[in-house]
Amino acid sequence: MAILMKGNEAIAEAAIQAGCRLFCGYPITPSTEIPEYMAKKMKKAGGTYLQAESEVAAIYMVYGAGAAGARVMSGTSSPGFSLMQEGLSYLFAAEIPCVIADVMRGGPGLGGLGPTQADYFQLTKGGGHGDYHPIVLAPATVQEMIDLTKEAFDLADIYRNPVILAVDGILGQMMEPVEFPGKYEAKVLPAKTWAADGCEGRPKNNVISYYLSSEAGEADNLRWGKKMAQMQAAEQRFAELSLDDAEYAFVAFGTSSRITETAIDMLRSEGVKVGLFRPISLWPFPADGLLKRVPQIKGWMSIELSAGQMVQDVRLVVNGRAPVGFYGRQGGMTPEPEEIVAAFKTQILKGGVRG
Amino acid sequence: MKTVFAKTTGLTDRVFHYCPGCTHGIIHRLIGEILEEMEIIGQTVGVAPVGCAGFCENYFACDIIGAAHGRAVAAATGAKRARPDRIVFTYQGDGDGASIGLAETISAAARGEKLTSIFVNNAIYGMTGGQMAPTTLLGMKTATSPYGRDESMGYPLDLPKLLAQVKGAAYVASVSVDSPQAVREAKKALKKAFQVQVDGLGYSFVSILSTCPTNWGVTPVEALEWVRDKMKPYFTLGELKVPTVEGGGKE
Repeated sequence: MAILMKGNEAIAEAAIQAGCRLFCGYPITPSTEIPEYMAKKMKKAGGTYLQAESEVAAIYMVYGAGAAGARVMSGTSSPGFSLMQEGLSYLFAAEIPCVIADVMRGGPGLGGLGPTQADYFQLTKGGGHGDYHPIVLAPATVQEMIDLTKEAFDLADIYRNPVILAVDGILGQMMEPVEFPGKYEAKVLPAKTWAADGCEGRPKNNVISYYLSSEAGEADNLRWGKKMAQMQAAEQRFAELSLDDAEYAFVAFGTSSRITETAIDMLRSEGVKVGLFRPISLWPFPADGLLKRVPQIKGWMSIELSAGQMVQDVRLVVNGRAPVGFYGRQGGMTPEPEEIVAAFKTQILKGGVRG
Repeated sequence: MKTVFAKTTGLTDRVFHYCPGCTHGIIHRLIGEILEEMEIIGQTVGVAPVGCAGFCENYFACDIIGAAHGRAVAAATGAKRARPDRIVFTYQGDGDGASIGLAETISAAARGEKLTSIFVNNAIYGMTGGQMAPTTLLGMKTATSPYGRDESMGYPLDLPKLLAQVKGAAYVASVSVDSPQAVREAKKALKKAFQVQVDGLGYSFVSILSTCPTNWGVTPVEALEWVRDKMKPYFTLGELKVPTVEGGGKE
């Protein structure tokens, strides 16, 4: 039976259903319904809602709990996500599974409370120091927020890697009918034999992120590189809409993909054969799926709530074989479908942009 | 032949990397002995800092989580909240606990986190080569206070005194390891701190005045004298807070 639920609450409920019993966070708009829901429901689920003194502390509480083997998560919004970047770098290096939701708002700086997707670079290029990427999943509906939250915990455990849910402020705040348990199917997960949770009956475990020699440092980095290559091979996710006969394609994720769907309807009603390629995993970027469409597509256009960040990844894949345009709004504003149609006509149909 | 001393099973067989005359080794031994005596090696998770003790996972026989600089108490909080049945301690220097991690230290105390922090104060940043610390004494020359710390650089922070004011801190002690008697008293304080955690009374914190002969530029013996002559008069010593029956603690 479908129930009506807010996106942020759906993430929190899905996390509890996925077995998360510890949430460590610091309230920040527009993600506050996540900690509020956790504060209300965790106790009943036998878990703990822990309010940290800052996002810096929150991410290291996640670090400590994850290192001790717990299913743990935090949720925040862009400025708080910035504060967590050091911790994400450490989480990656210490190979600690966890899930973090970033409900993106306007920036840079304190920015505004409106929705953006302007954390894309920070999310996908390794926002902290060193060579690393977390897996980043970008749902486009509240139902998908549920399904991907559950999956995120499993991916974190499988790869021993932080997994980020990239959500814009609209998805976090909007209500939609959803169903639990959703499409999620439980996976067989590796035992956490590495966890630092007391060494009784086994050799001691250390969960650390540093090395004493540069040779060991390089060996670690090469090993992580292999792990990231495995993720890139196995975890690219995307959805396609109206692409089979398409001559042109939009690329968009999250809320901007939904606005773009309306723009596609409008263009199709004018006879323009255009479709949508929607990345669900922002990292790994679904390059293989997009590449398959490159031969048939005469012009691409990335639609984002930013100054144009994902468009760089699209251009890397298209690699000059067709023009790649961009249209976006910033600072918490969202485009009308008419704006997207107009930008598409100017940049792609009239050849205003070169790849 | 009668055994009069044996290395504790709370420590591994790895040889310490610490400099001659550094008191980290004594403090490590005391903690190892306490873990052994309380029979909690297998139930304990230690959290390592960044600094000279950042490699202590090599020495303690229990599981260790390596934290970022200043974040040991936050990581320990997460571990303890995830596994309340475990004994969790942090081992931190003065830069880690009183400067970059000050918010974490005080906030964990305020929440009454049921974990133990061991705060090793040698008045200097040892690992990075002897720069000014939050605990560097006035007039003290360091790599970043080459003419001596003056008042424009602020005053050394007496962290245990500050923490004793915080309600959630159940046990706060400030000790030293500059003499055999002081070492015995330090061990008593450390053991109480772990017991307060076992009893679930709240946050326990033990500050230990320590040495850094290498970066102070003195001999090991002179370093111990310096602790006695310079550090002990400035930093408040003794049990600054002991638990009440119902927990929380009182001064």
